[in-house]
Amino acid sequence: MTILYFAWVRQQLGRGEETIDLPAGVKTIGDLANHLRQRGGAFGEAFSDRKRIRAAVNQEHVPWDAAVHAEDEVAFFPPVTGG
Amino acid sequence: MNTIRIQTDDFDVNAEIAKLKTSGDVGAVVTFTGAVRRDADIQSMTLEHYAGMTEREIARHMTEACSRWPIAGATVIHRIGKLAPGENIVLVAVASSHRQMAFAAAEFLMDYLKARAPFWKLEERNAASRWVEARNVDDDGLSRWRED
Repeated sequence: MTILYFAWVRQQLGRGEETIDLPAGVKTIGDLANHLRQRGGAFGEAFSDRKRIRAAVNQEHVPWDAAVHAEDEVAFFPPVTGG
Repeated sequence: MNTIRIQTDDFDVNAEIAKLKTSGDVGAVVTFTGAVRRDADIQSMTLEHYAGMTEREIARHMTEACSRWPIAGATVIHRIGKLAPGENIVLVAVASSHRQMAFAAAEFLMDYLKARAPFWKLEERNAASRWVEARNVDDDGLSRWRED
């Protein structure tokens, strides 16, 4: 799967994109966020407070219990501030 | 005719109005232009977006606007990159046969754009940069459009 990061999440993690194999036991976008938090360091910090982060799967906003699959494009970002 | 453009360049509001006036029975064109505030401390505003998702989100809400109101055409242009105070950020323009529908659809599109389109603003003030925090009021703006 491809994971994209935007705005302060991207800056804090020092990367805008990465490709990983779907980790064992990860079924939802919330599971994936937990998996990334467990990397520790900047990831531990960025994913420590879910209220500060939103997620998308295949370019659509999703809640934390949305399913993720091996071929998905997933994104994590702060609440949007356009317009 | 509906138009969605994400671009670094500025836009010409009059040119966009002229284009919308050619899309059918148009008696009213409502436009909203958002600009970078002229705040004494702000040096610039840099806009980032999620290419692909942005266009899909805006297109979806344009389709919904078209199903709710009989509009002849709509245009959304959103700029990205580094902008100076006073520069344009966004244009929403809606053409319809009568003004009420054009006003309503333009406001609907703008409310959804603010709350759902994946853009983020980085403000540079006093030589320090800071990501602009989302305001709950932008989510609240959506509640009046919900149909149960």
